[in-house]
Amino acid sequence: MIEFTLWDILRNLVFATRWTLLLSIVAFAGGATVGLLILFARISKQKWLRRFGSGYIALFQGTPLLMQLFLMFFGLPMLGFRIEPWTAAALGLTFYASAYLAEIWRGGVEALPLGQWDAGASLGLHRLQELRLVILPQAFAITRPPAVGFLVQLIKSTALTSIIGFEELLRTANAINNATFEPFTVYGLVAVIFFVLCYPLTQYARMLERKMPAH
Amino acid sequence: MGYSLDFGWLRDAAGAIVHGAAMTLFLIACTTVLGILISILFAAARRSRYGVLRKAVAVYVEVIRNTPFLVQLFFIFFGLPSIGIRLDPIVAAILAMTLNMAAYTTEIVGAGLDAVPKGQGEAAFALGLRPRQVFVKIILPQALKVIFPALISQVIIMMLESAVVSQIAVRELAHEADLLQARTFRSFETYFVVTLIYLGLSMAIRRLFVAGGRRMLGAGVS
Repeated sequence: MIEFTLWDILRNLVFATRWTLLLSIVAFAGGATVGLLILFARISKQKWLRRFGSGYIALFQGTPLLMQLFLMFFGLPMLGFRIEPWTAAALGLTFYASAYLAEIWRGGVEALPLGQWDAGASLGLHRLQELRLVILPQAFAITRPPAVGFLVQLIKSTALTSIIGFEELLRTANAINNATFEPFTVYGLVAVIFFVLCYPLTQYARMLERKMPAH
Repeated sequence: MGYSLDFGWLRDAAGAIVHGAAMTLFLIACTTVLGILISILFAAARRSRYGVLRKAVAVYVEVIRNTPFLVQLFFIFFGLPSIGIRLDPIVAAILAMTLNMAAYTTEIVGAGLDAVPKGQGEAAFALGLRPRQVFVKIILPQALKVIFPALISQVIIMMLESAVVSQIAVRELAHEADLLQARTFRSFETYFVVTLIYLGLSMAIRRLFVAGGRRMLGAGVS
């Protein structure tokens, strides 16, 4: 029987936190990339693309993330992919993040005055250039607070990947708890670690929001 | 080797799925009522004269909002027994969900209370209403009307998050799905069907609330 000191528990948890962080970063980057495509569909001139975009967003925002992760985990092998918890977790969170980020950015695009599009067009820019040079930089700037807020939500959501077997912070905590029988300490520490990760970002989002010019 | 989808198990599973969905709805109904009551109290506490009370609510809101729901649930269900508080899984689930949702709705309710013009309360006082009447009959309905869409969204988010209480063996929809797929070996189909049911539930809850809100708070609720 191995004795675990508080320091052992904390050290192991902190060590496992890198997987939580890595997953958050990968999911945010992946979500931003896919989310941009969904945003283009959502604000497209083609009706069927807009329909697809809003259907995609409604689907991911209207179903539990846990179910999305299970569908990834059990669905992808059927298509012939060999899937590990890491892949299912990263892909699942990427799609989840893409829907939320696309919706946040759409809000930004629609908040811009129509004159911005007209001005772009009058300079002879075609649609992609308008988006790249005029619309998106402004839309990203005004939606930075909710995007950072969503990053907090995403970091918290990585805890769910413990259920499909990805060895992040919470799954490590479960294993330590099974060895030490000290759930109060172990889950308390997990909460503290998540708080340390998320609270600065929450404050940052709040600061950004305060600095926003009032409309 | 190809894989063919098979939904033949669905006929025998319908009972379990309905039972699970009913439990999910029961959990979110309790959470909504308790959560909104608590958040009205907390929003008032946050605006009270007592600094300690204001601080306490602020700390509670920050702690809940910056930690995952699943960790809160495990802390309550597995952690609290070691200091002598042992809870039934359903009670633990409702407690965790209520505490989680109230942290978000406290902010929402607070914003709604701040949005009601001061003159409304003053006018009601001038008409001779007692302070409690002023709050319940004048301030609260107007605040609720403003924050109604945000409240609906929060209820739906909580309903979707409630899928994780399957992890402490509460027999709600996600847990029934876990049991079914272990029996039928049709994991993908099972989770697919259950995911669609969640989607249906979230759309139904939105409709229900909008209709109910129009009834109680008058037109203009969306």
